[in-house]
Formats: sequence, C-alpha cells, structure tokens
Amino acid sequence: MEVDSVFFTDRSGRGSSNPLLDQLPSYQSLLYRRKSSIAGTKRRNSSRGRLGSSGSGKWGVSTVSRQEEKQKGQTEQKPIQELAKPMAEKRRHNTQRMAEARELSSWSQLRQRTRRNLRRLREDGQEWLSSMKLWRGDIHLIEGMFGTGILSYFSFLRFLVMLNLIIFLLMFSFVMLPIIIAPHASGNITYNLNDGGACTNYPSSARRGLVIFHEHITDLLSGGGFLERTYLFYGYYKVDKIHFPNITYNLPLAYLLVTVAYLFLSLIWIVKRSATGFKRSLVQDEDRFQSFCNKIFAGWDFCITNENAAKLKRSSLLYELRTDLEEERIKQKIADRTRKEKCRIYLIRIILNLFVIGVLAGCFYSIYIATIFSQEAQVDKIKENFIVDLIYEYLPSIVITLANFITPLLFSVIINYEDYSPAFEIRFTLMRCVFMRLTSIGVLLFTLWSQITTCDDGPCTCGYNELLYSCWETRVGQEMYKLTIFDFIIIVAVTIFVEFPRKLIVKHCDCGLAKWWGQQEFAIPQNVLEIVYGQTICWIGTFYSPMLPAICTMKYFFIFYIKKVSLVNNCRPATRPFRASSSNFFFLAVLLIGLALACLPVSVSVAHLAMFYMIALAGAHKRVIKQLREQLATEGRDKHFLIQKLCQAQMSLPIKSPVSKSQPRSSRSGSGRSPSYHTSFSNNFDEGVFLAHPHPDSSTHV
Amino acid sequence: MGNLINHVMSLLTPHWWTCVMSRWCSVVCRRLHGRYRELAPHLVPLDYSNNPDIRVPLTLIVTMPELKENPFRDRIVETFSEDGQGNLTFNDFVDMFSALCETSPRELKTIYAFKIYDFNRDNFICKEDLQRTLNKLTKGELTPEEVTLVCDKAIEEADLDGDTKLSFADFENMISKAPDFLR
Repeated sequence: MEVDSVFFTDRSGRGSSNPLLDQLPSYQSLLYRRKSSIAGTKRRNSSRGRLGSSGSGKWGVSTVSRQEEKQKGQTEQKPIQELAKPMAEKRRHNTQRMAEARELSSWSQLRQRTRRNLRRLREDGQEWLSSMKLWRGDIHLIEGMFGTGILSYFSFLRFLVMLNLIIFLLMFSFVMLPIIIAPHASGNITYNLNDGGACTNYPSSARRGLVIFHEHITDLLSGGGFLERTYLFYGYYKVDKIHFPNITYNLPLAYLLVTVAYLFLSLIWIVKRSATGFKRSLVQDEDRFQSFCNKIFAGWDFCITNENAAKLKRSSLLYELRTDLEEERIKQKIADRTRKEKCRIYLIRIILNLFVIGVLAGCFYSIYIATIFSQEAQVDKIKENFIVDLIYEYLPSIVITLANFITPLLFSVIINYEDYSPAFEIRFTLMRCVFMRLTSIGVLLFTLWSQITTCDDGPCTCGYNELLYSCWETRVGQEMYKLTIFDFIIIVAVTIFVEFPRKLIVKHCDCGLAKWWGQQEFAIPQNVLEIVYGQTICWIGTFYSPMLPAICTMKYFFIFYIKKVSLVNNCRPATRPFRASSSNFFFLAVLLIGLALACLPVSVSVAHLAMFYMIALAGAHKRVIKQLREQLATEGRDKHFLIQKLCQAQMSLPIKSPVSKSQPRSSRSGSGRSPSYHTSFSNNFDEGVFLAHPHPDSSTHV
Repeated sequence: MGNLINHVMSLLTPHWWTCVMSRWCSVVCRRLHGRYRELAPHLVPLDYSNNPDIRVPLTLIVTMPELKENPFRDRIVETFSEDGQGNLTFNDFVDMFSALCETSPRELKTIYAFKIYDFNRDNFICKEDLQRTLNKLTKGELTPEEVTLVCDKAIEEADLDGDTKLSFADFENMISKAPDFLR
C-alpha cells in the first residue's frame, strides 16, 4: 500500500481522469496491482466496505471512490466468467450484481437483461456454428498429436473444400439448373443457330458401333468420347435463351456473370481469411522482433496430451532456440565479412542463380514439347495401344509432376552453397518452388493457346484453328480435367506406394539405408503447394468445365482422409517447426498468387469472346444500315411510281372551262415543287393556254 | 487442453454461471465433479450440496491427462489454488478449467499466464523467473551460457520501463504481439 500512496499523492490533485493518461502502462499495472492485492487479502467481509476501507486514509475519499467507480464500471460490463478472480469472489460479485440490478428501475433492468440475452444469443450462435464445422473432431485429434503447424494445413484443406462447394453451387444454380428445370417449368428453350458458318460447327465425337470397354475407361480418364458432350464441358451449353412464362433467361450472360462472380467471391473470402494474419505480420517483423519472448512464453502448445508429442515439442522448441542463437551468430559473421569474401559470395550466387534459371527454362521447354506432342497425338487419332494412348494423353501432366518433384530437391541442394541465413534459405527455396509450380501451368496454357491459334495456311479465319479444334474451349476444359485427375491419382499413389512402404522398411529393417532415409516427416510447404496447384487448375478449369468444382470438392474431401491416415500412421512431426501464425498467411498468399494466375486465361477467353461478339455485332450493324438504305431507295421508287399513275389518271379527265386556263398557271407555279409534275402537266395540256417555254419562276423550282 | 476437457468445456456457456450459482445439479457440474472425484475418490464426496471444504492435493491433480505433459503443471495448479500450495477445492478446479478453456478471452489468459510464470510471486518476471521458465521448457538441455543469453535477449525485447524485469504491463504488451499465444 505504501507504493500506492506514493503514486496516489501525485494524482490526488487531478479532478477528472484523462482517458489518454489512463491508458499508460504504468497506470494500468497499478490498477492491476491494486486489484490483485485486494483479492489476495483474507479480509472478505463485504465487498463495498472493503474497497472503501483498504485505503490508509492518507488521500481523500472522493478520489478513491472515483477510482472505484471507474473500476466497477470497467468490471461491470464484463461477464462474470471473464473476471480474473477466484470462484468465491465471482459468486459474491454475482450476488452483488443481482442485488444492484434489483435496485435499478424496471426500464434499465429490462435493458440490461436484453443486452445480456443478446450477448448470450450471439455467443450461442457462434458456438453452434463452430460445432457445425466439418471435421472438427478429426482436426482436434491432429492438433493434439502434431501441434498447430500441421493443424493449419488441414484447416486450409477444409477451407478449400468449402470454397469449391460454394463455387459449384453457384455454377449449378445459375447455369445448369435453368436448363434442367426448363421442361418442367414450362420454359421454352431457344438454341444457338449455327449461323457462323464453319466457325460454329461442332461435330459429335461420340464413339459409334461396338465400343471396347477399355475405351470407356480412356474416355473417363481423358474427358473425351462419351464424356465430351455432357454437362461436364463448355461445348454442351448451346442454349441461347430460356423463355419462362414471366421472364426470359439469357444463359450465355448468366454463364459469364457467374464466372466473374466466383472469381470475385474467392478473392473476397481469401482476403478476409488472411486479414488477421496479415495484420500481425505487418505489425511485427516476423523474423527478429520479440521472437525470443514469443518462444518462451507462447511456445508451448497447451493442447498436447501425448507423451511423445510433448517430447517432440520440447525438442522442437530447443531446436528453435538454438537456431535463433545461431542466427544471431551468423548475423555477426556477415557483418564481419571482408570485401574479398563478399565478392566471392556474390559471384557464386550469380552463377547458381543462372543455373537455376537454366533448369527452369529446361523444364518449361520440356513441358512445351510434351504438350505439343500430346496434342498432335490426340489429333492424329492413330490408336496404338490402350496404355500408350493414355500416356500420350497424360504426357503434359506427367512432365509437370516430374518437374515439380525434381526441382525442389535441386533447389534445396543449391541453396546450401549460396550462404544465406537459415530463415532466408527456407523462404527463398519456397519462393522458387512456388514460381516453378504456378509457371508450369502458365506454360501449359500458353502452349495450348499457341496450338489452338495456329492454322496451317496463314491467319485463321475464325480466330482459331477450327479444323483441328472444333470447340477449343472444350479442349482446354479436357486438359484441366486431365490435370485434376492425374494430380489426385499421384497423391494417392505416392501415399500408398511410397509412404507406407517407407514406414514398413524403417520400422522392420535395420540397414543403413533405412536409418539414413528415416521416418517420414510431414513437409508442410510441399503439401500446401500441391493443393494450391490443384486449386489454381480448378479456378482456370471452371470456366471451361462447369462441373470441375464438384470434382475438386470430392478430390479434396478424399485427400483429407488420405493425408490424415498417412500422417497418423507414417509420419513424425517435423523437426523444423513451421509456426502456425506465419503459415496461415503464407498459405493464403500463395493461394492469392494462384488466383491471380487463374484470372489471366479466363479473362483472355472472355475478352476473345467479347471481341468476337462485338465484331459480329458491328457486322450486323453494317448489314442493318445497308438494309435501311435499300428500303429507303425502294420507297422512293414506290412514290415515283404512284405519282406517275396519279398523273396518268388526271390526264384522262377532260378540261373545258376558262377557269381552268388560269388554273394551270397557278397549278404550274404550285407544281414547281416537283419537276415531274411540271413536265407532265405542261406536256399534256392545251397548246394555246401554255407558253412555248416553261415559266421562269417554275424553272427555278426545278 | 485436450479433447476431453474441450468436450466438457464446450458446454460451459455463460448460462451455466447463473445455473451453478443457484443450484448444483446441472449436467456440466456433474461431469466436472466426476473428473474431480476420480482424482481422489476416497476424499471427494458424491454430494456437494452442503459445500464441504475438501481439497485435492497437487500430486493427484497433476496426474490428469491434460496436465501430465505440461511443463508448467505445478505452477498452473499453484496459481489457481486458494492456499497457494496447489491444493485445489472444487471451486478452484472449475476456475482453472474455465480460465484455460478454448473460449476464454485473451485478457484473462494473459493475467493467469503472468501469474504462472511469476515463480517467486513478486508480481514481476525477473531474470531468475525467466531462467526457471526456460529450464522447465527445455528440461535443462541448453547450456547455462545459452540460457543466460536467451534470457538476456528476452528481457531486452520485452522490458519497456528499463528495470531489467518484466512487469505485468510489459508482459501484456509483449503477449499482445505474440501470435502464438492463446493455446
């Protein structure tokens, strides 16, 4: 209390409390100390009386009571559960609150009660919502066994399942549902007329006659044959408009708008999810600021209940602390480097970076060649062998997967020679892998595009090669479909044929190879890149294949269970821990890059379509003008014809009276309006009445 | 804090507080009471309606699966005990789980975390407290120089008022920026 009085004599003179000064850490800590010292005393007779009598009387009661009021005000708003007091205190506080509540007027009681009930309702709602989350129990189990780093991977997977489901529901309800319900809701469907000539011709590629069953399997795996003309691909949607009783539904417009909508929705959802992570990363330089404190005070995972997991957590914490100390040492070393050493290191780095670029270029070139070979093999339609055909179809996917398997190993070897700090090494390798993964998709799309838009003889008439690719959108959709299927097959195959045997070998075999290979570790970055790659393909492919999100939802659903089983049975936690807070932000950042990449081909296609539409529109416009001109000319001729007939009719009537003599003159001047009138009148009337030459006035009217 | 307790604590909505204030027969109470009782069945009676003054000693409480692997289990139990020795009444037991629950707010956890890490209970985390924390975390696998180095760095990072020890305000400030806190 002595300390308190020392502080308080400084502030007793102050009248009203300053909100800014109240936020000072020293004042807050003072308040805390007062609260804890009050709670620690054994004198617990009456709450209000106690607060008043804890002072030693050195300061005025008014100051104390004002601070009490503020304290009470601060604690009053909090629900009792959140107060840092022992149980008995809380109970006393509650009875005190209830007594106070009874003293208030009925209106404020009602207000308090409604506020409390609303808060409870909101909390209940949030709890119910969180209990409805998919895989809650499974994720809890994983968290308990492996910690929060791996938890974030599975939570990310769950997020992608939900995202794909929503995208599919959007596509389904706005594109497929109207087509399906049109016959039942008395809707009249009008189709696209094939009026673009050769450009809109889409011959059926369905197999006819006796079909061997393995051809069905080929079709299923490659999206061709019987699958091509289904809801699965773009080419099936030939509907132009659906006329319901009250409204007309423009399907092509809906298709376009849904595409924009799902890309936009993905963007918003990802940004919202990454907002908290980004805020934290922005506030602190994740690398060095407070990393020691963070590890000591917040490093232990309180969720761990398994003894082995606890041991591992301890060793990982140890490893982290040692790494940090090592980093400090290396920083010192870097600062002490001489000029000669710096030059040498920069030279090495340049050479190695050139090597990396060379490797990347080689991979991209091989993807390019593979895609061209695959496209030509499909177009040639020379069927050699069931297996060989499939290999040709899947050649781009195989090459991409191989490249994405080899390059990370290469990068992790190269980075050792570049002499960076350990944290930077990890990040740089990861960046290179991300670049490799996403650019390989880009190269594939670029190759496809170049194949589609090159015609044998000069520029293409329809903008693309309509002989080989009667519907290029379907072909792109098929490629994306193949990539998705192959990705899934590879994940399953690697789990079954690599991870399980590895565990068996390491467990039962005692040879040097087994010891060197070691037990499987769940490598979070590589796994995350895998699913981001799959999701990018889904985003690109949804425009060309509307049912692809549904396929991806199911694919991620199964991947969850496969990875979980593999994790629980085969893996030990990573010795190099991947912290949860930073990982969330990393995953979502990479996903955003994938989304940006996905927007590119879709926007190119949409722009191409829009251009096509506008050209067609302009052509139609020209046609309309021409038609109008012709119509005007025809009408003019009609008028001319009618007037001639009228004159002839008038001519046949006899004219005798002198009044009529003056009449022609006036009518002559009046008839100056049209030369044809004038000449016909002057020719057909009496010679004596008219002058030999036409009237000068009337001639000006000519 | 593990599956079991989360399952139990998921029922600990704010409604429950008014419930337990007035009567003892709610389902959650019974479940927590069950867990409390199975620690020391000979000590804890079945009927709690007349508020008997029973305390379960520290040695039995730290055998709970949720606390068994926690390096700070002794400190946690001591912090929540009324007598400061780690003997928990049922009230303290409920208190402990309520504070460590998933849904409990960050401020509450910060306050209790400070108390847990403050070994000598002087309301400051001084260098010795830090060293003891670190040793409990790593089970003495770091060399003494490494321990000193890490503690120096930690104090350097978090100490704002320059008294070479962490007051609650320093601790709170540091924790608010620590992204991994809350578990």
